[in-house]
Amino acid sequence: MQSLLGRRTGQNMTAYLLKRLIIAVLTLVLASMVVFAVLEIIPGDPARLMLGMNASADQVELLRNQMGLNAPLALRYLHWASGLLSLDFGRSYTYSVPVIDLVRERVVVSLPLALIALALSTLIAIPVGLFSAGRHGRAGDTIAMGAAQLGVAVPNFWFALMLIYLFAVWLRLVPAGGFPGWGAGVWPALKSLFLPAIALALPQAAILARVTRSALIEVLNEDYIRTARAKGLPYRTVLWRHALRNAMIPVLTILGLQFAFLLAGTIIIENVFYLPGLGRLVFQAITQRDLIVVESVVMLLVAAVIAVNLLVDLSYAVVDPRLRSRQ
Amino acid sequence: MTLRFDIPEENLASILAKAFGNRSFLAGFIITALVAAVAIVSFFWTPYDVTRLIIADKTQSPSPAHWFGTDHFGRDILSMIMVGARNSIAVALVAVGIGMGVGVPLGAFAAARGGLVDEALMRLNDLVFAFPALLSAIMITAIFGPGAVNAIIAIGIFNIPVFARVARAGALAIWPREFILAARAAGKSRTLITLEHVLPNIVTLLLVQGTIQFALGILAEAGLSYVGLGTQPPMPSWGRMLFDAQTRMVVAPWMALFPGMAIVVTVLGLNLLGDGIADILDPKSRRQR
Repeated sequence: MQSLLGRRTGQNMTAYLLKRLIIAVLTLVLASMVVFAVLEIIPGDPARLMLGMNASADQVELLRNQMGLNAPLALRYLHWASGLLSLDFGRSYTYSVPVIDLVRERVVVSLPLALIALALSTLIAIPVGLFSAGRHGRAGDTIAMGAAQLGVAVPNFWFALMLIYLFAVWLRLVPAGGFPGWGAGVWPALKSLFLPAIALALPQAAILARVTRSALIEVLNEDYIRTARAKGLPYRTVLWRHALRNAMIPVLTILGLQFAFLLAGTIIIENVFYLPGLGRLVFQAITQRDLIVVESVVMLLVAAVIAVNLLVDLSYAVVDPRLRSRQ
Repeated sequence: MTLRFDIPEENLASILAKAFGNRSFLAGFIITALVAAVAIVSFFWTPYDVTRLIIADKTQSPSPAHWFGTDHFGRDILSMIMVGARNSIAVALVAVGIGMGVGVPLGAFAAARGGLVDEALMRLNDLVFAFPALLSAIMITAIFGPGAVNAIIAIGIFNIPVFARVARAGALAIWPREFILAARAAGKSRTLITLEHVLPNIVTLLLVQGTIQFALGILAEAGLSYVGLGTQPPMPSWGRMLFDAQTRMVVAPWMALFPGMAIVVTVLGLNLLGDGIADILDPKSRRQR
């Protein structure tokens, strides 16, 4: 983790960025190989699956040739991988439409959901972390961190069920599930994403608040904070301008990791709320053994995680001026 | 994220005294012991038989006869939670075992060798981290079929890089120490030094991470069972109970309430335990700064 922050002397900005970029691309390539390999070892012939049990051997063989299934392994990988680059994931076995069309329909549900949850979690966690760190060891801190400890232990799908019971069954404020589509207007659509976003955000916020607090407490013990206080800066200024900025690196790291959790979390939460997102798509595909869809969605989410982690690495350079100035 | 540590120089008695003086550790220990006890008791006794379906008793609200109510098949929820505890603990424990068993040697090896080996292993770690754990668990169980064993493997695989990373970070901090230099001067091999000097000094770090991964494993198993890819019925599991509860929220909310609370209490206990161990053994927090 330390070397990744580029603390080593003599490493300049460009080299740092280049290294992160190369690692990201390398990881992406390796990940695509893993996903491809997984699909290869799955028992069952996709061609036979598409044609059904009554198809003759000749028919299956014909389709296998058409689908390129008889080509050598490396060639098939290259074909598949180059397809990925042009967003051509292949055709769904069950829907017989390009996978990208299915993904496009669903991503407009999942992505807003994950982003709203991420924003919500950050908006809750950072102030709570600041509050707690500012009252380190006092009653307010103890209560806030007790709540955070509890929040970390709550599974988001159970929290979702409890929210449904409270807000949809009991208070009847929001729909219990389903999604009207963005075509029905922004407000109804947002309203149906409201509970899922809270269910996703709160457990994540609990983790983030704990990290923010401990990073801040660490920073608040530094000499330059004492100096800033000694020269008469108000505590608030010190906390926000000096401490928070220096505590950002661990916070950003966790934020990046959380995006991965949120993406995976949406998969389960979408099933709780019957939202037609990528998660629902994956589960339908799993039950229908439509593995090319499963594989494509996994690949897409993995790429998103790698991209976000790269962004986090790049943002270190923005947050930490030492990274920029060191030539 | 960076765990700091020191070699505990106290004897066992003083560590224990300190441990039970730590509120977090004490609370975590009591809760975890309680959950473990419930799981063990469930092998010999449960209030009702969880394999018998009594439709006449279906969806009864909590009462003296059924403390946590009954489900849609008339099964006693308390009994099912007890048996479910056994299942959750087993899955999470074996998954931690897999993670430690493979991850720790890898991490220690990377730290001992350094250079290219280290770099390669860490890149491999990045690769596994790029797959959101739950997503990959879903993929693995989707391909190899749902079930507790595949859930264990799926969760275990994603524990490997976590333990590799912690073991490596811990070992890297030990290697520059003087007693390692002395051991090297004495002509001991890197493997022997790792076994005799490095590993004993990172045990506490691994223990803390172990409780965290244990807690995460329980959450992951519940998640997988909830979406139908983990433990299969009729074996009761907390996640599966929540799935059954979902469509019956209006008539039987207790079906969702109690299994969820079982998960929260167990995970909370483990996290408190982990925090407590870290507190006790972390010299930084010991100094109460």
